[in-house]
Amino acid sequence: MASTHSVEHSRGIQFLNLKIALALITGVLMLMNIYFIFMIAPTDAVLGHVQRVFYFHVPIAIMSFLAFFLVFIASLMYLFKRSTRWDSFAHASAEVGVIFVTLALITGIIWARPVWNTWWTWEPRLTTTLILWLIYVAYLMVRSYAPTQSKGAIYAAVVGIIGFVDVPIVYYSVVWWRSIHPSPVVGPFAQSDALDGTMALILLYSLVTFVFFFAYIVMERMELKTSEESLGRIRFALRKRGQ
Amino acid sequence: MSGLLGPILIIVWKDLLLELRSKDLVVSIVVFGLVVVVVFNFALNNTPGRSAELAPGILWSAFAFSAVLGMNRAFVRDQEQGGLEGLLISPISRDAIFLGKALTSLIFMLLVEAALLPVYAVMLDFSVLSWSLMLTIFLGTLGFAVVGTLFSAIAVQTRSREIMLPVLFFPVLLPVIIAAVEASTRAVGGVTFIGLGRWLPLIVVFDALFLVICPWVFSFVVEE
Amino acid sequence: MTTQPTEAILTRGLAKSFDEWPVLWNLDLSVPWGQSLVLFGANGTGKTTLLRILATHVWADHGTVAVAGHNLRTNPEYARRKIGVVGHRSLLYDDLTCRENLVYYSRLFGLKNHKSRVEEVLETVKLRDRADFRVRTFSNGMQKRASIARAILHRPDVLLLDEPETGLDRESVSILGELLSEWTDSGRSVVMTTHDLDLGMNWGTRVGVLRGGKINFPDEKLTACGSKSHDNQIRQAVTDSLEATG
Repeated sequence: MASTHSVEHSRGIQFLNLKIALALITGVLMLMNIYFIFMIAPTDAVLGHVQRVFYFHVPIAIMSFLAFFLVFIASLMYLFKRSTRWDSFAHASAEVGVIFVTLALITGIIWARPVWNTWWTWEPRLTTTLILWLIYVAYLMVRSYAPTQSKGAIYAAVVGIIGFVDVPIVYYSVVWWRSIHPSPVVGPFAQSDALDGTMALILLYSLVTFVFFFAYIVMERMELKTSEESLGRIRFALRKRGQ
Repeated sequence: MSGLLGPILIIVWKDLLLELRSKDLVVSIVVFGLVVVVVFNFALNNTPGRSAELAPGILWSAFAFSAVLGMNRAFVRDQEQGGLEGLLISPISRDAIFLGKALTSLIFMLLVEAALLPVYAVMLDFSVLSWSLMLTIFLGTLGFAVVGTLFSAIAVQTRSREIMLPVLFFPVLLPVIIAAVEASTRAVGGVTFIGLGRWLPLIVVFDALFLVICPWVFSFVVEE
Repeated sequence: MTTQPTEAILTRGLAKSFDEWPVLWNLDLSVPWGQSLVLFGANGTGKTTLLRILATHVWADHGTVAVAGHNLRTNPEYARRKIGVVGHRSLLYDDLTCRENLVYYSRLFGLKNHKSRVEEVLETVKLRDRADFRVRTFSNGMQKRASIARAILHRPDVLLLDEPETGLDRESVSILGELLSEWTDSGRSVVMTTHDLDLGMNWGTRVGVLRGGKINFPDEKLTACGSKSHDNQIRQAVTDSLEATG
């Protein structure tokens, strides 16, 4: 009993060290990222300063897709292995993913205004992102509305699998739909995909930063969930003793 | 094969018998379907000239809302005195339970749609006598039934289940709704199967994919 | 009776927790053929959970369970044919008649000659004259009897009863008592949970108390003498262990 406890303990310390290291790296990367984006990156000739939101929007959007891919993998693993580690990983990824996808939508709207001359357009990528947001909000709802935590974990895993499999179908259906119902709005669209070397480099750097940022937040969230569970266990034990 | 088909038919028989006793599900959903059409007609300002353009959208909105309403009750009767538990402790596979429930839902929805379709045809002024429209409706409804049955099994056990089902159902079924509307627009316009383009295959892919995934995950949902 | 396996129920190291909360842990239980095991226990000690695991409705987290020689995890469908379950809920459909419910279950179990078998069990629980009424119109006692009829329909070898006394009228109690004594006499087994000490002492050939995730047998030393004269001592032992739990 004592030996397993100390193993747990040392594993916990390893986890803590990893987390602190990650936090430091992320902090430094992020500060440099912000400096690069606002100080180094050239101002877009047509769009002006607003174009800088692009360095946030693209990495955040990519990371949210990655988050939901991780939810999918962790959900499958949870259904097979029934280990709560996989479940808390799926849960943490999904929560962070929902926040990222929300940010992606908001930055997308800011971006769309000057580029497409409208706040919102039913463009396939934007629409798919919106549907993703809806599916994974439902994922979190199902989890918290379930009768027990373990049932919530299973329901969430099911939604995590179904939702991810559905994404490509959603995407193609919207792409095909768009091809018959072309968008009436046309703005200064062409500039958006012409990146010069510095811009591309900074975008890549920003993506790396957000990978670290994502890993750090997911880790933090998983730890929080572990604490929540221990708290629940303590509360339960106290209540039992009180009886 | 008969090992799967037998229990499926028994479950369907039981559900049909229960529905025959009360008739509340099919009848109330048909009435709801009529209400939806009236609302959409005024909300979208449907005039004779625009009918062909708007009718498929109204049709599928009505079908989708009716489906959600009906699927919400798919497991309610099995929940009352533990009928689902009874199925789970019977020596039949979980696939059979899922497919039986999904087939029941498919039959109920097709009945509702069969009742609504002639009325819609008159109200919205389009012709239902088209094989491509029938096929589109069948395949779309199959997708509704398969995914809806799974989500209904989840929703029935959650708090605020009436809201949980549509919140899960609509985003996931969006491709089916888009494809069904597009295919129906062409079908109503008198186009044959080939003219339906990629839309019918899209629904077929969706149905096939989820006919494999849903029975598999269903066992996790219902077992403890 | 085919009784190749020596034990009707055999569990080894059974553990189950809900949301990390252990309900049962390391539970070993063996019920030989012909035994009627009555389990007492305060609320929340896991009686119902244990029965639900034995009924294949809930999976154990750890350990093995075999009913009539069939491992529940690897061979659930075979085991299910050997198990009859009477729980808190009837598992019947209120808007079907009693006979329709029984026909439905006999077809789920794939019974041959299900018509005559349904008549047989209706006779056993004395519901023949009400067989064509909807279950909704039944009194609690009749619903319980209908539920018992459903449980024994497929001629199981092991009967699991979860607090069968709730909602039973006097007639139903005597019907069930008769059924149970005939059941164990023919070499089949029963596991039953109850809060009713008298009923439990009457119907059980062995009593256990579920406590702290394990089963204690207060009659362990006493049954050696094998006579009913020790009834009072066993009663006292059961009451004591129940109080200790609280």
